[in-house]
Amino acid sequence: MAINSYFIAQLALIGFTFFMLLNSAAVMVYFERKIAAWAQQRYGPHLVGPAGMLQPIADIVKLMFKEELRPKAADSFLFYLAPILCATAAFAAFSVVPFGAETTFFGLLDKPIGLEVTDVNVAVLVIFAITSMGVYGIVLAGWASNSKYSLLGGLRSSAQMISYELSYGLSLASIIMLAGTLSLRGIVDAQAGYWFGFIPKWFVFIQPLGFFIFMTAGVAETNRAPFDFPEAEQELVAGYHTEYSSMTFALFFMAEYINMVTVSAVATDLFLGGWHGPFLPAYLGWIWFLVKIAALLFFYIWMRWTLPRYRYDQLMEFGWKWLLPLAVLNLLVTAAVVLKAGW
Amino acid sequence: MIPEPTLNHYLLLSAVLFSIGTVGVFLRRNLITILLSIEVMLNAVNLTFVAVDRYLNAVNGQIIVFFVMTVAAAEAAVGLAIVIALFRHKDTLNPDAFTNLKW
Amino acid sequence: MAGIYFWILAALTVLASLGVVLQRNPMYSVLLLIVSFGALSGLYITLNAPFVAAIQIIIYAGAIMVLFLFVVMLLNVPTEDPPHGYHARLLGGAGPRWFGAVLALVLVGELIYALSHLRATPLPGGNGNTASIYQIGLTLFREYAFAFEVTSVLILLAMVGAVILARKES
Repeated sequence: MAINSYFIAQLALIGFTFFMLLNSAAVMVYFERKIAAWAQQRYGPHLVGPAGMLQPIADIVKLMFKEELRPKAADSFLFYLAPILCATAAFAAFSVVPFGAETTFFGLLDKPIGLEVTDVNVAVLVIFAITSMGVYGIVLAGWASNSKYSLLGGLRSSAQMISYELSYGLSLASIIMLAGTLSLRGIVDAQAGYWFGFIPKWFVFIQPLGFFIFMTAGVAETNRAPFDFPEAEQELVAGYHTEYSSMTFALFFMAEYINMVTVSAVATDLFLGGWHGPFLPAYLGWIWFLVKIAALLFFYIWMRWTLPRYRYDQLMEFGWKWLLPLAVLNLLVTAAVVLKAGW
Repeated sequence: MIPEPTLNHYLLLSAVLFSIGTVGVFLRRNLITILLSIEVMLNAVNLTFVAVDRYLNAVNGQIIVFFVMTVAAAEAAVGLAIVIALFRHKDTLNPDAFTNLKW
Repeated sequence: MAGIYFWILAALTVLASLGVVLQRNPMYSVLLLIVSFGALSGLYITLNAPFVAAIQIIIYAGAIMVLFLFVVMLLNVPTEDPPHGYHARLLGGAGPRWFGAVLALVLVGELIYALSHLRATPLPGGNGNTASIYQIGLTLFREYAFAFEVTSVLILLAMVGAVILARKES
């Protein structure tokens, strides 16, 4: 009986997470357009539904009824594999992200389970591994389309993602050292409580540089402005997804937004104390989690409509000559302090 | 009933993979595929290390795997650089085309 | 229960590796090798080595293979021509092919010997300390500290070498 209810609870959690991620992509599209309009003093979508809130549904319906096109010279197998890979990697990364304290669902279960799809003791490494697989979707899309814009987009993205993955990993490493565990749940729980009774023990306060590096690398990993070179529309038409239309395009589009959500969720767990926060009891911690993710996502969109795109050589120079040395320095200082102070 | 895998199963799998890699190195005539076959061989060796590690309840094998991966990374970087340099000269990746000692 | 995972993953690894070797299009070879690495990573998990499984994906599939893919895309490597004339004969070609044939025969012989002398050596049960990343870290940075440092020199050398080799002479 007990095993059964766990099984059902776990299945329900998986379904819920999947559903919420799908929805988050739609909601994000709406907010992206609204915030863009706000930044540029326009109305944005406002005709479909109250305040344009049904716009995402209209978008989805439109995409579904578009014609599916495939260039004649494209590699038919890889051409369709690429968007699937992209979307799968985006969803898979969220499977190890915890988003709430352990709960029994108001006494429904005898033993509390964590609010996450699965708890692995090497969660940080799993996220890192899945992120590094995400690049294949884009590279393959670029190659399989057999179009020069796509190929350039794919090449750019692989170079960009490999370059920024290093800084991404190094900023994670300093957090791992502080928390002393590779489990995301363990890292979040290491951030519970307060200093001097009012400053939350979030790692962002002792690792501001690490947070900056993580977010910068995260923006580059998700190919968002100001690092959106793989699709830079003024130079490459639409980059790696130039030749895609209808639902295959929708998969790329969705993957991009889900990746943003995942990076924000991981940043929340690693740096912003996850579901820990003042005022709310522990079982409502997920509200804090949502608030923090929303704040980071707003930051993402805000940045896109504020900063101009870098030049490609500037991007590489920034990644290798500034971000990577800074990440190494951050790691060394953290290691020295942890060693000396025995954190 | 599916038999539980024993150490022998893992070692045999590793041997099969190593043979596949060897065949690739000797029979293919594309430098990139040859490099890929070498990766297959390295991975077969890694599998042996991890399996024996599990058998002996040790961690040393996993550390050797870590070193093997580093060497593989270095090998891939230098190997691919050589491939690029060769491709610039002859516009082909067939190893039989590179028979000159000097050009 | 671990049995079924082993057989599926082992079959996947062997098939993908065979594909790598038999494929004429290098692009597909690279992709099949990634599949093979993914299956191997699964095998490492059945062996209670999550750390190796993770770095297998991160380093091998995530970094080294991207490098291969990059070169294949950049050079637009032509698919291998089917062998003709002298090379089409199984044992034609240069000396190495003879050597390869002998080596393959020896390997097959060894495999047959191993298969016929199979004595079951069951893996010990339980998690053991193999699963502990803590243990790996301690051993790596104590017993193998020197090797670890030397590895960094190797990487540096490989990096410099790769840059010099691939540089365009102006």
